[in-house]
Amino acid sequence: MQSALDTIGRGVGRLYAAAFDLLEWPMLALQRLTGAQRIAWIFLLPNLVIFGTFTFLPIILNFFYATSGSDAILLQDRPYVGLDNFATLLACENYLQPNSCERDIFWRAVHNTAWFVVLQVGFMILFSLVTALILNRDIPFRGFFRSVFFYPVLLSPVVVALIWKWVLQRFGVLNAALEGAGMPTVNWLVDADWAFFWIVFVSIWAHMGFYTLILLAGLQSIPSDVYEAAEMDGASKWRVFSRITMPLLMPTMAVVIVLSLIRAVQAFDEIFVLTGGGPGSATLLILQFIYETGFAYQPRLYGLAAAASMLMAVVLLVLTLVQLRATRSRAEG
Amino acid sequence: MKSTSLLSGIACALLAATSASAAELRFACYQDGTECDAWAEQIKAFEAENAGTTVVVDVVPYKTIVEGLPVQLASGEGPDLARVTDLGGLAKYMLDVTPYVKDAAAIEAAYGKTLAWTRVNGPDDKGIYAIMDQQTATGPFVNKTLFDQAGVALPGQGATYADWAAAAKEVAEKTGTSFAVAMDRSGHRFAGPAISYGAKIFDADGKPITVDDGFKAFAEQFVAWNEDGTVAKDVWAGSGGATYQDAAKEFTNGSLVMYISGSWQIGRFGRDIGDAFDWVAVPAPCGPGGCTGIPGGAAVAAFKHTKAPEELGKLIDFMAREDVQAAVLAKTKNIPANQALQAKGIDYASATDDEKAALKTFAESLAEFSPVAFQFQGYKNNRAIMNATVTRITQAIVGESTLDEALTRIDSDVKEALAAAQ
Repeated sequence: MQSALDTIGRGVGRLYAAAFDLLEWPMLALQRLTGAQRIAWIFLLPNLVIFGTFTFLPIILNFFYATSGSDAILLQDRPYVGLDNFATLLACENYLQPNSCERDIFWRAVHNTAWFVVLQVGFMILFSLVTALILNRDIPFRGFFRSVFFYPVLLSPVVVALIWKWVLQRFGVLNAALEGAGMPTVNWLVDADWAFFWIVFVSIWAHMGFYTLILLAGLQSIPSDVYEAAEMDGASKWRVFSRITMPLLMPTMAVVIVLSLIRAVQAFDEIFVLTGGGPGSATLLILQFIYETGFAYQPRLYGLAAAASMLMAVVLLVLTLVQLRATRSRAEG
Repeated sequence: MKSTSLLSGIACALLAATSASAAELRFACYQDGTECDAWAEQIKAFEAENAGTTVVVDVVPYKTIVEGLPVQLASGEGPDLARVTDLGGLAKYMLDVTPYVKDAAAIEAAYGKTLAWTRVNGPDDKGIYAIMDQQTATGPFVNKTLFDQAGVALPGQGATYADWAAAAKEVAEKTGTSFAVAMDRSGHRFAGPAISYGAKIFDADGKPITVDDGFKAFAEQFVAWNEDGTVAKDVWAGSGGATYQDAAKEFTNGSLVMYISGSWQIGRFGRDIGDAFDWVAVPAPCGPGGCTGIPGGAAVAAFKHTKAPEELGKLIDFMAREDVQAAVLAKTKNIPANQALQAKGIDYASATDDEKAALKTFAESLAEFSPVAFQFQGYKNNRAIMNATVTRITQAIVGESTLDEALTRIDSDVKEALAAAQ
């Protein structure tokens, strides 16, 4: 039996070596042709082509759409309008009062997105951190709870939204439970404030498992001897948390903040299915505005949608750079 | 060697000839009930009559037709034909199949009224672009069992929206039903009562004015009904943007007294309600401006970018045939757009008595609809009006804006959309 396995192993090894020998000659020829320094570009080429075609080219196309008008989709049919689309979006008497803006729905979406980002990212990181700290301790059924918190991340956003819609609709599970307990029911998704609360809540529920896992990995990478030294020095729990855990967790936290920030600004699918942006425009976020302006309304204002997406990209870029700078300063300081 | 070459030559020639005559047409079809299944059945007969032409029926969701198809067509892609509802909006992509049909005059006689909705190139445009396979009419359905249980009589012919709302509210209160009245979240549905309240929608030159005293009067009434609970707030306030939302589920499960929707729901209600309760379709309620719903429907349209215009023309010609339409309509339980079939009537053999009565009510009411309603349906940018209506009226309902602000925004939204569409 052992000798048969050895024979198979040797056979596979020879095949493996033969496959690489076949590649060796063209690779050597390529290296001679390009030089050792430039061959890296050859290896990067497939990725650059794909990345260029599906990421950079759409960004450039987006710019052309943002600076052209009409409802035509082909660029050659679209007249150049300069910055008119941006001017339309930004025309406003008072940015804090969307009704005073030319594109009031856009500014409602901006306001909603800003609140959503602040509340969703803030509370999600807080809950994720607390959960990670608890799951990092030696508690009973730790493995089970880690799975439980991660499980919603595996669900499709549409499934998440449909589950919660079933819970929150007028005759849904939550109202049935409240009615059963003799309490007044609420039309959760028709009341603007409640609808906004629930999109934040559902989004946190769906995504916190992912960030909890990252923070948990960060917590586990902190060397235990640092904690042992602090314990020997008689440091309080709060002091250990604020002077050891948090500073050493900051690089991981920076990743979590940047990722969750970007994801919150890009939130769309769950909210679109759960509330459709309503009631009215109470839960309409920027991405839905872009989608509806570009694809759902007639005529389709691709230019305006492209301009809005460029403004959103600029905001995201600035936020990311500020965050990275802050993290770097902290790490250097 | 020679014989081998000869055989190869013949084989190549045969292959070339076969591929030259073979055409595959892709048909993007959405269905409220069984429309695509009925067409697939008829298309088999077409394929048998036209050897070498195959038609692939792709059943797609309505959202794909409304949102995805226009983008595909704008970029010169998409199916050869599709079942669509936005006839005016998509007209610029449609193929005139007149050169390929056997009897254009017969098609004109049978479908001229609805073909007009696709003719956007001026008064001289006599093209055949799409064949309507489902004429629809908007109007109310009523849960008659609830009226009987409450001991409230159904308002009769000529009853106003206010009469119906009061009656439905009384029924809801007496029977403990959740909702008195609901109307689909749709600018198309809103337009019917608005015109009944006196909205003119267009000026004398056919340009949209949208908001006038009649439009405002119904908007005020509708917002007030949402506020006082006469109308189910969930339907309009429960969504954002211009998203479509119906209340068919509420009607079929008996929690709604009166539902303002349209004839395309008949098959669904027949199937889903069964014997659970009695339901009837009633003629469009009246207002100071008349008693009208909005006509509409779905049509199978041919598109310009097809690589097989002749085969596509033949297929549209086949679909326009009276016997083919009669077979499809009998199965789908829809109102015919074909004038001859309207006169003869369709034998809805599989329809229940409730379904037959509802089909008769809608078909009769269609003849009474206001000319403004037909003008609205045929206007190529009507979706700009519909979208603005839904978005802005909802804002007024949920308190994001006053009704006056909402009406001003409807006006400016429509003007801006029309400017962009120029």
